[in-house]
Amino acid sequence: MTENLKLSRRSLLVRLGSGLGVLVLGGCQKLSETTWFPNILGAGEKASYRAQRLLLSRKALAQEFPETDRSPSFRSNGTSKPSDPAYLVMAENGFADYRLLVDGLVEQPMSLSLADVRGLPHRTQTTRHDCVEGWSAIGTWKGARLSALLEIVRPKPHARYVVFHCAKDGRMPYYESIDMEDAFHPQTVLAYELNGKPVPIENGAPIRLRLERQLGYKMAKYVMRIELVENFTGIYGGKGGYWEDRGYEWFAGI
Amino acid sequence: MDDSRRKRTREEMYYRHSLPVRILHWITVIALPILLMSGLNIFNAHPALYWGKSSYTGAPPVMQIYSRERNNGELIGVTRVFGQEFTTTGFLGVSRNSLGNPDDRGFPSWLTLPGNRWLSMARRWHFFFAWLLVTDGIAFVGYTIMSRHLRRDLLPTSNDWRSIGRTFIDHLLLRHPTGEAAKNYNVLQKLAYLSVIFLLFPLVILNGLGMSPGMDALFTGWVDLFGGRESMRTIHFMVAWALLAFVAIHVFQVIVTGFWNNLRSMITGYYRISQEIEHD
Repeated sequence: MTENLKLSRRSLLVRLGSGLGVLVLGGCQKLSETTWFPNILGAGEKASYRAQRLLLSRKALAQEFPETDRSPSFRSNGTSKPSDPAYLVMAENGFADYRLLVDGLVEQPMSLSLADVRGLPHRTQTTRHDCVEGWSAIGTWKGARLSALLEIVRPKPHARYVVFHCAKDGRMPYYESIDMEDAFHPQTVLAYELNGKPVPIENGAPIRLRLERQLGYKMAKYVMRIELVENFTGIYGGKGGYWEDRGYEWFAGI
Repeated sequence: MDDSRRKRTREEMYYRHSLPVRILHWITVIALPILLMSGLNIFNAHPALYWGKSSYTGAPPVMQIYSRERNNGELIGVTRVFGQEFTTTGFLGVSRNSLGNPDDRGFPSWLTLPGNRWLSMARRWHFFFAWLLVTDGIAFVGYTIMSRHLRRDLLPTSNDWRSIGRTFIDHLLLRHPTGEAAKNYNVLQKLAYLSVIFLLFPLVILNGLGMSPGMDALFTGWVDLFGGRESMRTIHFMVAWALLAFVAIHVFQVIVTGFWNNLRSMITGYYRISQEIEHD
């Protein structure tokens, strides 16, 4: 009798437990599909952003490596060649006709050739590229300091973000944005060389942003235009980037 | 049966868990499965683990889950650990999706949160509950020190150390302390709790932070103390399973030492102790 009771009690417990599990999981799935709940979870992103800005000094550098740590080949992810005909024509010419447009909230809008970009103060860094998926690769990047370019175009006082517009690849256009603190970070460069050679097309030729304290998806490839803005309203999905418009965090420092 | 002697039991409701401990415990109960399952969803975005500063060092991954197609078009799941291949169809590499069709994925849908491939949402769950659990953990450690819970109940006494062999055998035989002895944690229990609080949790948090490209810049090269970013990702993954192993043993012990009594004590604080009083 007691034995039976114990047994039924145990099976009841197991059933209760697994039933509860299924219910909770189903609930979590439903919550993920609402619009309000992911916003609450987004508090995690805000906390990470504030904590990192508090803990890290403005100029704290991401780790740099000896060249012997370089990955044998630098993995390409996402777009490996934009389909935009204008881009393809430029690529065939070795980007001789490439122009980098810098506009928006600046005193001095500019259009730079690749040679102009190469003429800016530069920095070479062997850094680790961390993809949001979890893998990393190490490569040596050489590029123009974004801070040097910004000092020439002079951002207006109410400019808060730097938006990078990329060469189109059929679907929705790729773009990304960073704040002024990251824009003036010494390791933030407009890279034109990877491992001592011009940046290959699959890695973002002719110019790819390097933003070493954040994840790979922030580092726009095929940068065609740099626009300074006060906020993201009116720019595509309004969240500050291609992946941000698809639910990823704007701050990708974690 | 021994009915010749008259036995009477005296029941005592012993206040075992203080309110802060109870609250912090249940927050952990909510956060831990969410962190594990959203973590597995994140892992599924790139189901391979490496040792070193990057994923591409020239050495193969230490562990990798993938799928392969047989000549007849059938999908098989493969898990490779240190170069050794195992067929894991149905669980790792290939498992059924919500529609019941075989699908190419690392961990199966029922182990991940969300159940479908959704990296951005899994990250949201993971980081929100990571903050919650870290806050909870700091509050817990602070409380155990301030309230002397740590010294009084968790640190092994010299008696404990002497009884370690006997306690070990008692555990294997599922013999559990009763009466007055049940008021205190036994030495293995103390060591298990201490290693979870002061070893596994700090390790899983530190190795999680080591994956952050931002936190990387906190102290130059600190990530290399753990073998590099990809090593930290591997350690983070392994410690997560170690935490699950603790939970499994913990829940097992809770059940075999009196499920409802234990559960009540973690809800109301009160634990029933029966003392047998023998009469001539």
